[in-house]
Amino acid sequence: MSPQQIQFLGMIATLLIWVVFMLQVTPIMVWVERRGAALMQDRPGPNRVGPLGLFQSLADAVKFMFKETVVPAGADRPLYALAPLLALIPALSTYTVIPLGPTIEVGGQRLPLTVVPADTGVLLLLALTSLGVYSLIAAGYSSNNKYSLFGSLRASAQMISYELALTLAVVGALLPAGSLRLDAVVAYQQSHHLWNIVPQIIGFVVFLVASFAETNRAPFDLPEAESELVAGYLTEYGGMKFALFFMGEYMAMTALSALGATLYLGGWTVPFVDLFAVGAKIASALGGVPLLGAVAGPVWTGLIAALVLFAKVFLFLLFFVWVRWTFPRYRFDQLLRLGWKVLLPLSILNVLIVAVLILKGVL
Amino acid sequence: MELAVFILFALGALVSSLVVVTHRNPVYATMSLVLTLVCVAALFLMLGAPFIATLQVLIYTGAIVVLFLFVIMLLNIQREEHAAPSSGIQRWAAIFSALVFAGLLLGLFWRAHGGDPAQPALTEEQVSLTTLARLLFTEYMLPFQAIGLLLLAGVVAATSLARRPDGRLTSPDQELAHAPGDAPRAEEAP
Repeated sequence: MSPQQIQFLGMIATLLIWVVFMLQVTPIMVWVERRGAALMQDRPGPNRVGPLGLFQSLADAVKFMFKETVVPAGADRPLYALAPLLALIPALSTYTVIPLGPTIEVGGQRLPLTVVPADTGVLLLLALTSLGVYSLIAAGYSSNNKYSLFGSLRASAQMISYELALTLAVVGALLPAGSLRLDAVVAYQQSHHLWNIVPQIIGFVVFLVASFAETNRAPFDLPEAESELVAGYLTEYGGMKFALFFMGEYMAMTALSALGATLYLGGWTVPFVDLFAVGAKIASALGGVPLLGAVAGPVWTGLIAALVLFAKVFLFLLFFVWVRWTFPRYRFDQLLRLGWKVLLPLSILNVLIVAVLILKGVL
Repeated sequence: MELAVFILFALGALVSSLVVVTHRNPVYATMSLVLTLVCVAALFLMLGAPFIATLQVLIYTGAIVVLFLFVIMLLNIQREEHAAPSSGIQRWAAIFSALVFAGLLLGLFWRAHGGDPAQPALTEEQVSLTTLARLLFTEYMLPFQAIGLLLLAGVVAATSLARRPDGRLTSPDQELAHAPGDAPRAEEAP
């Protein structure tokens, strides 16, 4: 194969792993969410379809597909149809700048295991994330329903407010690496044997809280607060259109979790373990096996690195579920006050502390 | 290939910007403004300026146009009724600004085509993020800070406009917060 072909194949493989993971996250997380809620509320939860109710999501998917599509009277039809699709654009594009593994060497070619190894890295991710709000606005406006409109107004105010704190928290994590590239951030944490969560615990907490608000998750799920707004901007949606919003929400959560894992928990790295050595060991152990034996060591390294990253992502996602079923919902003025008066100053403080530590040569 | 992509995005930018100024529904106009900005960002990307392209999406489409939409929905502006006939001064102002715009365009064309052809193309190094940041904090420090000051002045002006005569802010958020018998503050909530 020519060098270009190898590069292209590497990029496609990385993209495929990400896409498959992102698409599978929704059904798995719906199951985890429902069973987790049941566990915390001391009831069985969905346990009829398949072992442990694992196939419940599959059954739900079939149900979604066969549901009748109902468009509310007086709805703005083009926008009403467009909104669920807009929800998927940021969800299906943000992971492209997150490194799935180290730069590996295959066939004499250096393959970065990032789909888009752009210089603007995190900025690109934040830009794509910020586009998510349009789907909520379009949904709320087009539904011809006051609850939908209120839901989307809340969503846009909330997302703009928390984006600032989130961005500043991310700045803190980028500072020691001195680059906008996420692979540089991972490389920094690996070479210093220190995850960013340790010196930047303030930044991590701000990031975590802001990502709850950015993804409209409880305790910040005011845009879809069922006790006041029915289901907010989702009120008039049903069937597959609703399912698309649902997938968009879980994928956005996953993308932010992957960003958090990369920025604060060392990304694909395992402390004190050389994944390249592990990959080489696997390759030599499988040397005699047909088909599997032909896979080179660095490829195994990449696959293991991806699994490590996904494991960290699931840690974040479990935390999302845990918090959702533990905390009551905030009131809207409390939410905005928390964002502007607590999280934003805290994130600035974090940037200051990190900058001073770098100046003093500690980091 | 590159030409096809350029034509796609250039046409997209032109058509969507026409929709922005002609569509009667303000929400649709704003939505096509988003499309315009994204297309222009793509053009920046093709010109080898990924940083500006990213910032364009991040700041304009991600924050500013969201605020436009927010205000439009908050004020519940429906379809625009027949616009009021423009007065004489508006017409003269329109002609004047069209002339200024044409002059600026001509100036740009003159600079682009009449410029020194011996000027070498910008290298990767010159448009990199590091170079940009260094220039911003050394050579262009004064304009950079001045723009920051201008934005701050804008914030102060907006706040003073939103103030009531009795000195209280008129946001519903604040009114809720100071209502008697209020629930615990966000920081103290469990």
